[in-house]
Amino acid sequence: MTEFGAAIDLALGHAMVDDPKIVVFGEDTPLLRRELLVRFGPERVRPTPISESAFLGAAVGAALGGLRPVVEVQLVDFLMVGLSALVNEAAKIEAFSGGRWNVPIVVRATCGGGYGDAGQHEQALWGMLAGVPGLAVVVPSTPADAAGLMRASIENDGPVVFLEHKLLSRQWRDAMAGGRRESVTFDVPPDGADGPVLDPPPPVPLGSAIERRLGGDVTLISLGVGVHRCLSASEELGERGVECTVIDVRSVAPLDRAAIETAARRTGRVVAVDEDYTRGGLSGEIAAVVAEAGISARFARVTTEDTIPYARHLEDATLPNVDRIVSAVESLLD
Amino acid sequence: MKAPVPALELFHQMVRMRRFEEALSELWHQGRISGELHLGIGEEGIVAGVLDHLIEGDALALDHRPTPALVGRGTDLSLLALEMVGAETGLCRGHGGHMHLFDPERLAASSGIVGAAGPMACGFALSHQRLRPGRIAVAFSGESAINQGMMLESLNLAAVWELPVLFVVKDNGWAITTRSAEMTGGTLRKRAEGFGIAYTKVRGADVGAVWRAVGPMIDDLRRGRGPAMLHATCHRPSGHFEHDPLIRMVTSPREFAAESGPLTRSLADGSGGRIRDRIGGMRRVISTAAGMRVHLSKRRGDPVTRLEQTLDATAVARVRAAVEKEILSTLAEVGSP
Ligand SMILES: Cc1ncc(C[n+]2csc(CCOP(=O)(O)OP(=O)(O)O)c2C)c(N)n1
Ligand SMILES: [Mg+2]
Repeated sequence: MTEFGAAIDLALGHAMVDDPKIVVFGEDTPLLRRELLVRFGPERVRPTPISESAFLGAAVGAALGGLRPVVEVQLVDFLMVGLSALVNEAAKIEAFSGGRWNVPIVVRATCGGGYGDAGQHEQALWGMLAGVPGLAVVVPSTPADAAGLMRASIENDGPVVFLEHKLLSRQWRDAMAGGRRESVTFDVPPDGADGPVLDPPPPVPLGSAIERRLGGDVTLISLGVGVHRCLSASEELGERGVECTVIDVRSVAPLDRAAIETAARRTGRVVAVDEDYTRGGLSGEIAAVVAEAGISARFARVTTEDTIPYARHLEDATLPNVDRIVSAVESLLD
Repeated sequence: MKAPVPALELFHQMVRMRRFEEALSELWHQGRISGELHLGIGEEGIVAGVLDHLIEGDALALDHRPTPALVGRGTDLSLLALEMVGAETGLCRGHGGHMHLFDPERLAASSGIVGAAGPMACGFALSHQRLRPGRIAVAFSGESAINQGMMLESLNLAAVWELPVLFVVKDNGWAITTRSAEMTGGTLRKRAEGFGIAYTKVRGADVGAVWRAVGPMIDDLRRGRGPAMLHATCHRPSGHFEHDPLIRMVTSPREFAAESGPLTRSLADGSGGRIRDRIGGMRRVISTAAGMRVHLSKRRGDPVTRLEQTLDATAVARVRAAVEKEILSTLAEVGSP
């Protein structure tokens, strides 16, 4: 069994052996990625100042110059400080250069909530990033996918935002949530936190969804921690005779439209379960995919409506949870 | 004429900040406070020395360690404590928590985004220019926040708009596990002066020195002479946040020993870099760990005990008793889980 965060570093380590042009940098990277630092040396694994706009912008330039940077931003919330480098530079250059130049960077960041840190440190934000043409955004839900998607992200010739959920990664759970306190508990999905990973990990192609459960009544479409919440809800619904398909999209952009269409057509009922904000994001996009394919299906979504509050009980009610998923499914049955 | 340092009052405020945060640390360990709790233990000399010069209408832009400043500015301790435990009756109704504390009556706003205090203070100061002439805005930040783009831009904005902003840089030398000097080009003095901003450096362990340095700076700010920077050193003995695992990893001999297996494997791994690179990597890990261990074991530079030694013992006892009473009644409000 491999731990989620270790799976990512495993893939990164293999990629760095294969391609000396890969460099890794970010705030506190020398200690956070100390095994990679000791294995590959300080030239390839380096610290940055707290200067997100500069070091993300520098990653773009370094990629144009021939390197393949993997940049670590501790939280996706902090990525907002350096967004121009991604949205206005990295995402544009392949198109603007008429396809003659591309920007192979991976921005690795944590995301997600469920440990009481409030909405400036717990956002998902993958929807707004995925809305920009030229940016790929991936959100793994298992260690195997975390490794496989990291491998594919590094091999991709365009910019990829790779998001690891803090509830799944032990290192981040310990750091951000004080997870080693015995006085606190978090709803950590066991199959997301630890799982089998092949060594070396085979790449998981960007834009390929996977079916986690097959059932004929309702299709649940999710990613990251949401997938595990959907699986728990499906268990509960299964006991009442309601059979769910669970699709893990794994990648918000590119989005596997075919997988969504196939499942929606089969069940005629679709529930999007998205830890990101309701509006302008993945859940609406899923509805659009279904509608554009001419499928007549009933649709509901379980998302984050508001700013994520600090208090644990308020946070629990704000983030998608099993109860809300079950109610959403029930609302489509009658 | 030079006013005497109000030593007893400064001591009182520092002890309130200290004891309140020690109580918060306990609540965190009990699991009643969630998330990464960043305390300002060790920074009280800077905060108290600055706050004593503020008047009603002055504004505070706070960073990820906002609590001591709010305590010193007079925010009700019960409201703060209730917020920390996520109560509906807390300062922000349980929605903000320890990194996002807002007190509109005191024009105090905080943010967990490193560097955000700079632009926030500029905006407060702009509102002062039009709405509250003679009032100032104080931006509290760490020394590494000065490498943030928005912070550097704020220095320039404050200079060209001649804003009454006091940039207070609390310099503990570290940003989580990174030595700030290794990631900072040049000096803060030259940066400030490069923007035409008045700069003063002071030892934050000496609250009286902070108080004396800040007085004339704030007088100038109130007279509209543009922004200023106070660079104050400090020592935060407990590191970045409560129980930071990276810091524990380097400071706990047992946990560091547990690292030696994986690190030795990485060092021996011929598929990685040249041996010279690998040794360089190992050296960096060890020197960071050793540097942090030495840094955190330092016990000098505590502003509270330093001032305490100069004060009359009965006065000290009186202050401490009064603060204990205040903390106990605050904790009673918070109750047990
Ligand atoms: C924009 C942004 N980047 C990174 C972080 C993560 N972070 C929180 S505190 C911190 C270190 C800050 O160092 P310094 O400014 O010296 O303040 P100190 O913590 O030492 O008080 C970092 C990197 C953040 N909160 N915001
Ligand atoms: Mg610091």
